[in-house]
Amino acid sequence: MRPDFLRSERLPNIWCPGCGNGIVLHALLEAIDQLQLDPDKVVLVSGIGCSSRAPAYTAFDNVHTLHGRAIPVATGIKLANPDLTVIVVTGDGDGSAIGGNHLIHAARRDVDITVVVFNNYNYGMTGGQASPLTPSTSITTTTPNGNLDRPFDLVKLAAGAGATYAARSGIYFTRHLIDHLKKAITHDGFSLVDAVAQCPTYFGRFNKKGSAGQMVTSQKDWMVLKSVAEKRTPEELVGKIIIGEFVNIERRTPASAGAPKEQA
Amino acid sequence: MPEKKTFKITHNRNWCKNCGICVAVCPKKVYEIDRNDRHAIINPQDCIGCQMCVEHCPDFALTVEEVKNE
Amino acid sequence: MSEMRVLMQGNEAVAEGAIAAGVRFYAGYPITPSSEIAEIMAKRMPQVGGTFMQMEDEIASIMAIVGASMAGKKVLTATSGPGFSLMQEGLGYACMVEAPIVILDSMRYGPSTGMATKVSQMDLMQTRWGTHGDHWVIVLSPASVEESYQLTMRAVNLAEKYRNPVIVLSDETISHLREPIDTSIPKAVVDRRLPTEKAGYLPYKTDETLVPTIANVGTGFRTSFTGLVHGESGFQTANGHVAEALVERLRDKLFNNLDDIIQFETDRVEDADILFMSFGITARGVSEAVESLRSHGRKAGSLRFVTLFPFDDDRVRKAAGNARTIVVPELNSGQLVLLVKRVFGDSRKVVPMNKINGDLISPQEILSFIREENL
Repeated sequence: MRPDFLRSERLPNIWCPGCGNGIVLHALLEAIDQLQLDPDKVVLVSGIGCSSRAPAYTAFDNVHTLHGRAIPVATGIKLANPDLTVIVVTGDGDGSAIGGNHLIHAARRDVDITVVVFNNYNYGMTGGQASPLTPSTSITTTTPNGNLDRPFDLVKLAAGAGATYAARSGIYFTRHLIDHLKKAITHDGFSLVDAVAQCPTYFGRFNKKGSAGQMVTSQKDWMVLKSVAEKRTPEELVGKIIIGEFVNIERRTPASAGAPKEQA
Repeated sequence: MPEKKTFKITHNRNWCKNCGICVAVCPKKVYEIDRNDRHAIINPQDCIGCQMCVEHCPDFALTVEEVKNE
Repeated sequence: MSEMRVLMQGNEAVAEGAIAAGVRFYAGYPITPSSEIAEIMAKRMPQVGGTFMQMEDEIASIMAIVGASMAGKKVLTATSGPGFSLMQEGLGYACMVEAPIVILDSMRYGPSTGMATKVSQMDLMQTRWGTHGDHWVIVLSPASVEESYQLTMRAVNLAEKYRNPVIVLSDETISHLREPIDTSIPKAVVDRRLPTEKAGYLPYKTDETLVPTIANVGTGFRTSFTGLVHGESGFQTANGHVAEALVERLRDKLFNNLDDIIQFETDRVEDADILFMSFGITARGVSEAVESLRSHGRKAGSLRFVTLFPFDDDRVRKAAGNARTIVVPELNSGQLVLLVKRVFGDSRKVVPMNKINGDLISPQEILSFIREENL
């Protein structure tokens, strides 16, 4: 990673010790470096939350917007200047709860932006409340008796909404994460990467997930590569999270999208 | 047999939050969190330059570079 | 330049005025009575090399124009009360990051869904105080189709000049009115100032104008934008002194330029003993009522707020002449009158005249009101 991609004068970052956000940010900067993108033409756009602070540590144009609103701002920037590489940095709450409507519509439009979800299964900034990605039965400050709701599968949600690229990775698998970020960024059309990270301060502590280090290395135990998962039975995959590329299709034009003739 | 490569580990004390992730991911036990809950490099000679600690450091506090002996 | 009279609808005049001012990005969501603006822009933007986006809601609409504005486009969105409510958080964000944007709010009857096809002037205070926190916006109020064209142009220019949101506060009647307008009006176009030197670039550093020269994204200046309190660098801070200086500057960049921003239209104020203060469509009824009162020997006058905000008490006081009685007709339960009362206290008789049934105030109603109230 190019050190000049970081604004060193802004560091150390505000995140708690052992927070996964820095690992995802590191991977994102590495991906941008490996793709040799012109740093003057990269814009990072974020909402509100722990992860949304990430862009301000980078040396690119960066836009810290309102809670949930990174995607429409990114859409405006991209359409105003299609030469730019526009990357949204969002969290599970920011991106899938308050910003969920924008997420599905950006996917439906297939607008050529990349959404990187720093998914730590809870709202960290406000003290560890449940998000739409918090697993069922998990303890958070707003689910003290265990989460009664079911979480979104963000990759399936994006795919269902029309995303032409959707992948999931975990912060333990940094090379895997970097690879999929690179594919997402270079993808022509809407792309989403669900980057599973850890919040040791809240989600980890409430759910007895151990230290930050244990939370990172344990991804080896509960994440399964998609290629491996395809050879497993459903029983063998209970409690596992599958990582890999779930959608990677050609960008659709109105004609290629298969719209019925009377609508075309 | 090729000569064993050596690596220079740079640790930025000002950015490090002593979280211990490097300790958990290092395959060679190069690091520890010491009795004062502080990050410490205890076995630098064992480093194999895999970059696991660098890539997993949430605080950008580590770099590992090969030392070229010429 | 020869006069070019064209018959236009109010909403069309807004769209064409925006295009004439250089607007090349429109994002919006359909809502009565502003929907025609989106429809016209959907057709017109591609014709002028611009971009039209129909967004998923008004929140996305305002955020998309903020994004496009940051990338250097002149931008517009149009809405009505319910949609304007949804835009409030984004409006505050645009104030804070100092993104030039223009919002057209065509007022319909509220609260809530109200009466979608009926006129009101019930959003006046919302334009000024709709978003949270201390902030300042410019609000312009057209009273005709032609003025819808002119003021939309002016709104775009003011937004660019002061890097501030500008709201064009129209209403259902003007939006849907068809009148001939002169489109040959001189089209002075103002562009935002941009930085020239990358070395030492501080996006929110200002000169005596107090208006920052922020680079457009993607031009190599690597700007940091945030709705958090920020210093000259653009980066977040919790320093109270920086916060105070920022909020003061957001006010002063407009209040130091009130001569440029504030416009009133006055009619026979000098010798008036009864003065009407109004804005927008209501001023047209007032205009006829003043004629009628004058023809009957009554010294009536009118002050119409073309610029509603910033609202400067001193300027209003000076523009108001010596009329002992000030009548404030408006299509709400009394919003403008609060400001007028603030200006004059007990020094004049300030009389509210309110109509809240979804219809306009006619000249005859004003005359009857004057008679009945013994004014």
